Amino acid sequence: MSTSDHNIVLHVADVHMRFGGLHALADIDLEVEEGKTHAIIGPNGAGKSTLLNVCVGRLAPTSGAVVFDGQIITGMKPHEINQAGVARVFQTPEIFPDLSVLDNVMAPAFARRDGAFKLNFLGNMHREAEIREEAEHFINDVGMTAELDTHAGALSRGDKRRLELAMCLIQHPRLLLLDEPTAGMSRHDTNTTIELLRKIKERGMTKVIIEHDMHVVFSLADKISVLAQGRIIAEGTPDEVRANPKVKEAYLGSTQE
Amino acid sequence: MDAILVQFLNGLDKGGAYALIALGLTLVFGTLGVVNFAHGAIFMIGSFVAVAFRQILTWESVVLSETELSPWGTALEIRTPYALEWFGDFGNILIDFSVPIAVLLAIPVMYLVGISMERGLIKHFYKRPHAEQILVTFGLAIVLGEVARTFFGANPIPQPMPEAVRGAADIGVLFGMAENAITYPWWRLIYFIFSLVVIGAVFAFLRFTTFGLVVRAGMSDRETVELLGINIDRRFTIMFGLAAVVAGVAGVMYTPLLPPTYSLGMDFLVLSFVVVVVGGMGSLPGAVAAGFLLGILQSFAAMTEVKEIFPGIDQVIIYLVAVVILLVRPRGLFGRKGVMET
Amino acid sequence: MLALPKKELITFLIFAVVVLTMPIWLTPFGASYPGLLQKFAIYGLLAVGFNILFGLTGYLSFGHAAFLGVGSYAAVWSFKLLSMNAIPAIVFAVILSGLFALVIGYLSLKRSGIYFSILTLAFAQMSYNLAYSVLTPITNGETGLQLTLQDPRVLDLAFSERGAGLPLVELFGVDMAGYGGFYLSAILLIIGFFVAQKITLSPFGLMLKGIKSNQNRMKYTGFNIRPYTLAAFVISGMYAGLAGGLLAVTDPLAGAERMQWTASGELVLMTILGGVGTMFGPVLGAWIMKYLENIFSAFNENVLHNLFSFLPEGVQEVAVRFVALFVGEGWHLTLGLMFVLVVVFLPGGLMEGYRRFVNRFFNGKKPKPRVPDKQTQPAE
Repeated sequence: MSTSDHNIVLHVADVHMRFGGLHALADIDLEVEEGKTHAIIGPNGAGKSTLLNVCVGRLAPTSGAVVFDGQIITGMKPHEINQAGVARVFQTPEIFPDLSVLDNVMAPAFARRDGAFKLNFLGNMHREAEIREEAEHFINDVGMTAELDTHAGALSRGDKRRLELAMCLIQHPRLLLLDEPTAGMSRHDTNTTIELLRKIKERGMTKVIIEHDMHVVFSLADKISVLAQGRIIAEGTPDEVRANPKVKEAYLGSTQE
Repeated sequence: MDAILVQFLNGLDKGGAYALIALGLTLVFGTLGVVNFAHGAIFMIGSFVAVAFRQILTWESVVLSETELSPWGTALEIRTPYALEWFGDFGNILIDFSVPIAVLLAIPVMYLVGISMERGLIKHFYKRPHAEQILVTFGLAIVLGEVARTFFGANPIPQPMPEAVRGAADIGVLFGMAENAITYPWWRLIYFIFSLVVIGAVFAFLRFTTFGLVVRAGMSDRETVELLGINIDRRFTIMFGLAAVVAGVAGVMYTPLLPPTYSLGMDFLVLSFVVVVVGGMGSLPGAVAAGFLLGILQSFAAMTEVKEIFPGIDQVIIYLVAVVILLVRPRGLFGRKGVMET
Repeated sequence: MLALPKKELITFLIFAVVVLTMPIWLTPFGASYPGLLQKFAIYGLLAVGFNILFGLTGYLSFGHAAFLGVGSYAAVWSFKLLSMNAIPAIVFAVILSGLFALVIGYLSLKRSGIYFSILTLAFAQMSYNLAYSVLTPITNGETGLQLTLQDPRVLDLAFSERGAGLPLVELFGVDMAGYGGFYLSAILLIIGFFVAQKITLSPFGLMLKGIKSNQNRMKYTGFNIRPYTLAAFVISGMYAGLAGGLLAVTDPLAGAERMQWTASGELVLMTILGGVGTMFGPVLGAWIMKYLENIFSAFNENVLHNLFSFLPEGVQEVAVRFVALFVGEGWHLTLGLMFVLVVVFLPGGLMEGYRRFVNRFFNGKKPKPRVPDKQTQPAE
């Protein structure tokens, strides 16, 4: 695989992952181009979440490396990877349930501005007007302005997902990883989320998205990699993948939902 | 060599007590997922079962003598325990063997104590955070300690061991040494064997009964067992009762070695938690191994030779081991990875 | 830098007034004498500091009494070696306990949850046991560290002659055993409360709350958790050291029992009783506990007989017997029961109870429903 004029943001290079005897990921080689939305699809247990976990430093691969923006990030701690510019939306929303929606979104903004640690205990939250405005802006983007002061733990699951998205977006990450961002959402919420992700794309943010919902995948992705039993079996534009007989056999044919 | 063997032996009975307490503690944690800070108090209650039993046995009838006078010129009071009046010589035997007999008595009593604790308080805390479990059981431990103090006072109440097993066994002879080279008090030996028997019984129970099978299955994967339609909760309640019995009989048998006081529960609590952590939260073999290990280590740390090299080591050895284990291998010696690490 | 938002400023001012006027409004409760007032202020400070760790980050330390003890020892040594002035004693207490907290925190915070609790407990018990045994040259073992007539006190003796009796702790000529000690502690409590307010309202405080709420999200949001928790641990250790120092300032002796884990447990209890994570709760908890401890442990049979003298004799006997279980020596029973009841029924402590009470009777409003009714509830 060679790319000429496009800038590669994320390069998963020859990654293997074994859990005991299980070969969860084999020989994964993946390149994500700047500004593109790269979808990873595949049947259950194909290794999609494992791959994402390797990318954010939650799991260390048995061999191989993940290169982000020219920097090897395998072996780095999750917060270092985030500080390098990778944000992640989880399959089950990871938010701060005890904090208000506004605080939920302000915290990541501080991480971006102040770095991994800053002992500013004499600072004033109410004087942080800039960060507050920015947070309100992003909360508005996901359509949750009405919930500004709600305890995040009291939100519905769909709202929690949107909140988590806002928390990631406010960091202006170079790369956004989304693990089934619409799982468990109603049709209406799914469409809103798709709209939102399109908007982000226009801003040129690079995304890797894992998704079950083909509707979502085909409406967003520029490129699709199909994962089955820990291997990439096909790769290409949505149209190419749709036409690929191997994909039909391994994925659409066997576990049609 | 002799000195080392002696210290090793000295650690066994203490280790047995630690192992028994930790066994119940880790069983409750593994089954119910509850961090029970009142478990040491259960040990303490057990030891007071022995005290109460002996007090009942030695209730005395008072008869004023018609012939003899006390030094104060009043009629002499003749006190005879009822046990003697009713059972004669057998009564004497009862009193003499009050501690071992109290073990039998402690089984139903401690079972009831355990069940009522679980039903009355602990069961409301299954789904609450570990911090709250710690707090509520800590409060309960204070209450139980104070209740014991109300009934039995603040001073330790020594419990004699049966006449026949006072004195020491000459262990050295068994190893071909000179007479009295190594002696070991009979009761400590008995306690060690007793603890092995109880531990064996618990393991056999979990290994060979259907009940045990279900409990073990529930410990490793609660949800699946519940999906099979088995009422795991009721069995776990019974497990709590059994854990209380184990800690209780451990307390009863320990009374001749350490006179019970109300603060016993708190003293043993910290130790037994350390034991559980060293063994690995939720690991039964770990609790047993760590119990004996720490008992023996503690005994070695008390040697003068060791203390000369590391002053104060005897005071901190237990905690030091816990700190090192937790920092180097947080899941303990035998624990599964990831248990309670958040 | 020193500003607070209006609402918090009002809270702070009310708090300051309440603390400074304690000698007045506590008079009808029979609690307005220096010894008890000092305890109110000092233990209030201790609880405020503990809450910075436990209330904000959720890390439950069971060994905080160790820092209290270190603070006390440091202060008494300052009296012995340097001067009877309270300031160096307090400064030493805070610095030493801070360093001590840095070491213990650095190690303990490698783990979280109950493992963290047990690590802190183990460190505190080690300190306690060592203070009783091999550290006797520093701690004077069971007797406790006291002032003696032979103490060098280099700073004091450079300027004045050694007096006949044991010297008194002073600050600018004010004797610290009486109301002077109370006002010093009260002012430090107010400052400590202010700093705690600042921390709670700062971005740093937000991060601590984030750690309590979801550590995972904190990591993937780019925060390095350990320096945050360590900073909170050290700050709260310094509060404890300050409190320990003040205990020595008001009564210049230090004993190892201050470091025992039951003392740590008592601190946890105060915080829970008042309300973890609230500003005023922990202080309230400390006050109530010290007050009840004071009156309950003072009761004896005679007092009780007087109290129930209006009852007929037989009933009186029963009543006295029953109540005697809970007071005097039995005070700890009350404490334990209180603790269990609070954790079971009011996990948020008295502040939570107060909130519920206000909502119920004055606002007429029901508490907010936890989950707003939305139609977007997913059908999984």
